Order: sequence, then structure tokens, then C-alpha cells
Amino acid sequence: MTPALEIDHLSKSFGAAEAVKDLSLSIEAGEIFGLLGPNGAGKSTTINMISGVCRIGQGAVRVFGYDTVRQYRLTRRLVGVMHQEIVTDHFFTIDLALKIHSGYYGVADDRIWRQLLIERLGLGPHLHKSMHKLSGGLKRRFMVAKALVHKPRLLILDEPTAGVDVELRRTLWQFVREINESGTTVLLTTHYLEEAEQMCGRIAIMNDGRLVALERTEELLSRIDGRSLLLYLETPLDRVPDPLVTWNGQLEQDGRRLRLCLPGETAVGEVLQCLAQLQLPIRDLERPRPGLEEVFLQLTGLNLNNNQGGSL
Amino acid sequence: MIDRLRQPRRFVSWLPFATLLQKEVRRFLKVAFQTLLTPIVTASLYLFVFGATLGQRISVLEGFSYAQFVVPGLILMGVINNSFANTSSSLFISRYLGNIVDLLVTPITPPQLILAYTLAAMLRGLLVGSVVLLISFFFAELPFASPVAAAAMAALASFLFAQFGLVAAIYANSFDALSMFNNFLILPLIYLGGVFYPVSILPPFWARLSHINPMFYLIDGFRHALLGVGDLSLGTAFTAAGLMAAALFVWASLLLGSGYRLRL
Repeated sequence: MTPALEIDHLSKSFGAAEAVKDLSLSIEAGEIFGLLGPNGAGKSTTINMISGVCRIGQGAVRVFGYDTVRQYRLTRRLVGVMHQEIVTDHFFTIDLALKIHSGYYGVADDRIWRQLLIERLGLGPHLHKSMHKLSGGLKRRFMVAKALVHKPRLLILDEPTAGVDVELRRTLWQFVREINESGTTVLLTTHYLEEAEQMCGRIAIMNDGRLVALERTEELLSRIDGRSLLLYLETPLDRVPDPLVTWNGQLEQDGRRLRLCLPGETAVGEVLQCLAQLQLPIRDLERPRPGLEEVFLQLTGLNLNNNQGGSL
Repeated sequence: MIDRLRQPRRFVSWLPFATLLQKEVRRFLKVAFQTLLTPIVTASLYLFVFGATLGQRISVLEGFSYAQFVVPGLILMGVINNSFANTSSSLFISRYLGNIVDLLVTPITPPQLILAYTLAAMLRGLLVGSVVLLISFFFAELPFASPVAAAAMAALASFLFAQFGLVAAIYANSFDALSMFNNFLILPLIYLGGVFYPVSILPPFWARLSHINPMFYLIDGFRHALLGVGDLSLGTAFTAAGLMAAALFVWASLLLGSGYRLRL
């Protein structure tokens, strides 16, 4: 089966700065694929090269087997893209802008489909408002509708939930799932790693223009060597008991929570035995599942207190 | 309902062009007060000053009143200014606000893009010119020596300045820079190109210098077509205007075709 998207040794420089360095990846038709990375990793430049906003420096991009440069009239019809920056035309209302956008893609307006997008993205009450009167979240939802109005086979969402409230985020992801189930391939970037974990079958991580990981989400999560053990205490501790220093014990929440970091080879039984001997006032115990965030931080060399990378 | 996603619509190759043209026309109609009414009022004031007041005391062309002389230039000034303003402001605002990406990601071709922007600009320019012509009937009676040639010259002038507007919108880095094209290039060339006086009455050096002003060929050609007299033959005016229009079209096509300053 022809891949929905093939990126072949793609590179792009802006002056001396190399934004994307020899990137190659392939997305199968029907996938929900996550492209993650810190700010400046090259995700948006990659998306811009796929969609045609940015000229390709070196390499090639193929959408459903068609070259995006030589056969751009065909590939652009197959792709719907929602860019990270909020882009609207202040002259028109949501309804008219959607009709116009459909025409730009050379397809007659499908009123029923347009109505469905308006309804599912909660744009109904704002349909005849001028674009500059819409909130940031509404503009973002409009941009999702705009990306879908011509019924693309590959949907690219660059940070679709930034600035969107929790409830709408949930409904938006539900809608994206339905879109995917009906046959549309989805490529998304998000800085909500939990969302990427829940939504994506495969995830690629970029850092400094390069691909640093591309695996199935569960395989990526299993990369974490070691796990945490959280102990919730009845009474707070003022210091970590000496025997627990071995497991890098750290007090959190004003001494009411004790975090132990267990290396891969440590048996939990051994830890529990030690805890029993210490007779700590343990109220509850939790072994959190390693998250994408840990993998992400490990691969990109960032840490939670490091602001260099900005948002993820 | 979501199954509708699996029912793709047929691709109509000319629809991106038609949609952009329609959108561009809607855009200037939406702000008609600024894009149509203001230039018409300005031209009407010129007509009043030079037709009904000062013009009564001036004569620059034998056999014609000053109002008759100045009307063709004022009509063409409206055509030129508005054709230029439409393409330059629309494309530049799209670049400035970033919504140009809405076009860059679509299957619209560069010729379709240029043609849609150009036709909308020509429509606006010729609409303003037509209204100025209608208003001028209150001030002067024109002989309409060659109406077809006059219409062709007006269309050529609007086409030419629509192209120039596209070029300016690509090169401008700010609104200030864009207004400089208008204030320091187009306006002086119009005023020095024979709108208010025949170039033939200038001293020989200045008259010769005027021949390198592209506006001279447009204004003189249009006036010749309307009044039946001019400094240049209609053939010369059309040849020069045609060559300039072709050169600017090629320039605009190269810029927009390559995506210069549009695609990163």
C-alpha cells in the first residue's frame, strides 16, 4: 500500500541555520502519527515543506506516492493543513471563509459537510461574526474546519489544541479520531505529550532538526530504564531515611510524598522489605507508568527545569 | 454524517482562480467607502476645481476647454491609482498578516493567482474610471474620437498598474515602504506625465525628458483616443504602453511564479 506521506532525506536551511537535517520518515495510510520536539526542533518547517508554504531545500516529499513539487496541484488537494500560527482573513465571516477555502482547492462547496464541521467544532453560534471578533480558541477551531473543508486524505495538525480549553480539546481529539476512522491519515504535533500518547500509534521525535526517535508509542514508552515508586505518608518526613538514599529517594509535597527511583534490575520486593523495616507511616503506594514526557526529555536532552527548550 | 468525508468532490481546475477573483472583488466591495467612494470624491473635486472654476480661465489646447483637456487625465489617474492600490494592498496585507499561506497550500497555479489579482484590480480601477467619466459629463463635453481605443488604453493602463502593484507588494517590507511606491513614484510620474498640461508646451529639454516617463504614453494615448488630438500618435502610445505592460507582467510572473518572498 502506498504510504500517505514519504519524507526522503529532507533538509532545509535559512541562511546559516539548518532547520531540518536529512529527515526521512514514512507514514502509512490510516495512521495517526505524532511529530514531537521542542521549540525550534524543525517540526513546523517540515510541515511547511510538506504543505508548500516553504520551498524544499534538499530531498523530496511524496504524498500518496505523488511528488509535492512536480505534482503539487494533485498533492495539495490531498493534504489539509492547520498551521500553528493563527491565520485568518479579517474581511470575511467563518461561513464565507469556509466556502472560499473550499473553492481555493477546486471543489464545489459541500454544504452538508461544511455544516457538520461547523457543528462538530462548535462554530455555529459564531458563524456570521467577523473573524477579528473571535477568540483565539475559536480561531483555532475555525482553522481545523478550514483544513478539513475540502475533505483531504492527509490531515496535518500543527499544535491544534494550543489555547483551547480542556472540554474543547477533548471533543476536538474525539473528532480527529472519527476523521481518522473514516480513512483520513493524521499527522499531528502537540506539546501536550499526554495527548500524543493517547492519540498516536507511532511517534517521531525531532531535536535540533534531526530525527532522534521513530517508534510505536508503546515501544517508545518502554525505553525508560527504571521506574518510580511513590509513597504517600500519613505524617510528613523532614529528611529521606538513609537506607532509601540508595534509590535516590526524594521528598515532595512538603515531605508528605516520597519518590524512589528504582533502576531496572531492582526487585520491588527488596524495596518493600526495606520499607517494612523502616516502619514508615505509609498511607498509600503508587507505581506510576513511565510517560512520554520522560522519554522525550531523555531523548532531547532537556530537563523539566531547563527553560532553553521552552514549551515541548 | 462523517462518512461524507469519503465522498470527494470533483476537482474543477478553474475554480481556484474563480474563487480568488470573487474573493478579491468581495474584498474591495466590503470596504467600498475606502476603495471606490473616496477616489471618486477626490476625482470629483479635481473636476470641480479644474472644470468649473480655474479651468474657465486656462487654455492649453487649441479648440478645447481646459476641462475637456484635463478630464481624460483625471479618469486615467483614477484607473491607475486604484488598480495599483488593489493588488498592492491586497497582496501585501496577505503577506503581512500571514494569510497568504491560505493560498500557498492550495492547488492554485501562479498564472491563476496573477490573473485573479489582476482582473479584480482592473475591475476596481475601471469602475472608478467609469464613474469619474460619468461625473465629468457635468463639466465637459468629450468628442469620443475613438472610444474603442480609449477603452483599450484604460484597460491596458489598469493591467499595467495591477502588475506593478503585485511587484510592489512583493518588495515592500512595511506599509510605509508600500506607500512610498505611491507617493514618491506613481504620483509624481502622473503629475509630470501630462495630466494637467500638454507635454508639448514644456521647454524642449523638459519635453524630451517627459518621453522617458511611462505615464506620458498612457495619458497622452488615452487623451488622444478621447479628444482626437495628442502629442503622440495612437500607435506610438499603444506600442510603448504594451511593451511596458508586457515587461511588468513578466516581472510579476517571475516573482509570483518562483514564490519569491512568499514561500520561505
